[in-house]
Amino acid sequence: MTRGAVGLFAAALALGLSSCAGGGSAGAPAAPTSLLVFAASSLTDAFDALSAEFEAAYPGVDVVPNYGASPTLRTQILEGAQADVFASANREEVQVLADGGLVDEGSTRTFARNRLVVVLPTDNPAGLTSLRDLARPGVRLIVADPAVPAGRYTLRALESLAGDTAWGPAFRDAVLANVVSQEETVRAVLAKVELGEADAGFVYLSDASRAAHLLRLDLPPASNPLAEYPIAVLLQSPHTTLARAFVDFALSDAGQRILESHGFLPAPD
Amino acid sequence: MASFRPLTDAYGLPIGKGRAPGEGGRAGPLGLPWQLELIGLPLILLLLIPLVALLARTPLALLSTYLTDARTLAAIRLSLLTSLAGTAAVVVLGTPLAYGLVRRRTRLNRALEVLLDLPIVLPPAVAGLALLMAFGRRGLFGAALADLGLQLPFTPLAVVLAQVFVGAPYFIKTAGVALGAVTVDLEQAAALDGASTSNILRHVTLPLAVRGLLSGAALCWARALGEFGATILFAGNLPGRTQTMPLAVYLGFESDLALAQTLSVILLGVSVLILVVVRLLAGSPNGAE
Repeated sequence: MTRGAVGLFAAALALGLSSCAGGGSAGAPAAPTSLLVFAASSLTDAFDALSAEFEAAYPGVDVVPNYGASPTLRTQILEGAQADVFASANREEVQVLADGGLVDEGSTRTFARNRLVVVLPTDNPAGLTSLRDLARPGVRLIVADPAVPAGRYTLRALESLAGDTAWGPAFRDAVLANVVSQEETVRAVLAKVELGEADAGFVYLSDASRAAHLLRLDLPPASNPLAEYPIAVLLQSPHTTLARAFVDFALSDAGQRILESHGFLPAPD
Repeated sequence: MASFRPLTDAYGLPIGKGRAPGEGGRAGPLGLPWQLELIGLPLILLLLIPLVALLARTPLALLSTYLTDARTLAAIRLSLLTSLAGTAAVVVLGTPLAYGLVRRRTRLNRALEVLLDLPIVLPPAVAGLALLMAFGRRGLFGAALADLGLQLPFTPLAVVLAQVFVGAPYFIKTAGVALGAVTVDLEQAAALDGASTSNILRHVTLPLAVRGLLSGAALCWARALGEFGATILFAGNLPGRTQTMPLAVYLGFESDLALAQTLSVILLGVSVLILVVVRLLAGSPNGAE
């Protein structure tokens, strides 16, 4: 009786150990694999949806997102933070990591694009009817801080307009003089416009799409910078195959559809 | 025959060679060994190591470069102006309040004490949002302020208000303790000797409490200087107008790590200075400095 019990126990132990060693190949469920994805804050909703789909397709995988300003995430990675995938709102941050040899450049792709738009509170307190009105003295304009990509794209757009004879540098200067705050994230810009604290704010199209009730002023396409979002696998990752699968998913039809539904422009073909 | 008063430690026990408890590295009248403090070593290390790392990784040459940078100077100047203005307001308005709170133990005053303690436990971002809800353009008083031609968000005044909101409790609490330590008997004795109310306050109460009031003001100033969450939500962030040093550190971190490090070291230095001043002002329990 005792020998049988010992034998049964030994068998169970052997089965348990083998499944641990086999990493799930024995059929027994292994501990969930965490995939750490660092993503720009403008990707928050889109990546939440993307992660849910990915987890459904890859059971046993737990996508753990870390959303923040792209430069902050870049610095965290440089300072040794653990991450498997990095999706940035501009190419510069990924380039810095690539220069440092931290990125699998072969699998890096642009997976989404974005453009800027000016949003206004629904009651339009400043009575703005066109982009030109942004130059009117006294308009409370909020932009993202130049430290973050959205802020830099905004400045690029204004510089581009300054070079356009139809607008000129006076327009850029007048608009910049109307800036009352430079927010730390583009989502904060959106929030302050929604609160009615600002008369207008420069945000991404993807942000505007989640606040469809806000009024919009479009930028001339020629002066509207194309924000390119690269996604990269980090060489430090212990799950590079899984990380590449995530990148592939973001680029797949299903992934692109999710991104488009959140207001992003598709990846370049 | 000349004799020197022996030096005493915090327990009033003589320092130096002797066999009294508290001597020879033993703590307190129970005579516990100094090794007792080692239990707190993890805490000490947690506080010490990051600060040492910050100093070690910030090359001094950087300090001189950035101290002359326009944006750094603007942030330092704005931080100093707003925090000092706010602290001054807190001291002027808060001292009579603190005095009333310790002298009159009514139920209303007790409720006020809870209210005044609230900003200490409230997350600063909540404070910022609340200020916005009250004084923002669509806030409770937004319309009223607009009629008066006043706009609060995105102004240096908003920075001051946010700093006052978070810093006031630190002064009022400390001031309350200091004023409360001036026992009623002392004030009554002065009154019996014929002093007028204003004379009592000026020559008895305040002088005895001044050390505590100053250290409370220093704590309020330190808190105001370091304020971030409420400021960025309510006042926004614009270099030269509403970008305080903590904001510049945080945003500098995203674009220019060296700038962030420099400002951090400066803030660290100022904090240490404030604390040292507070310690000197507050003195030790027995008045020995």
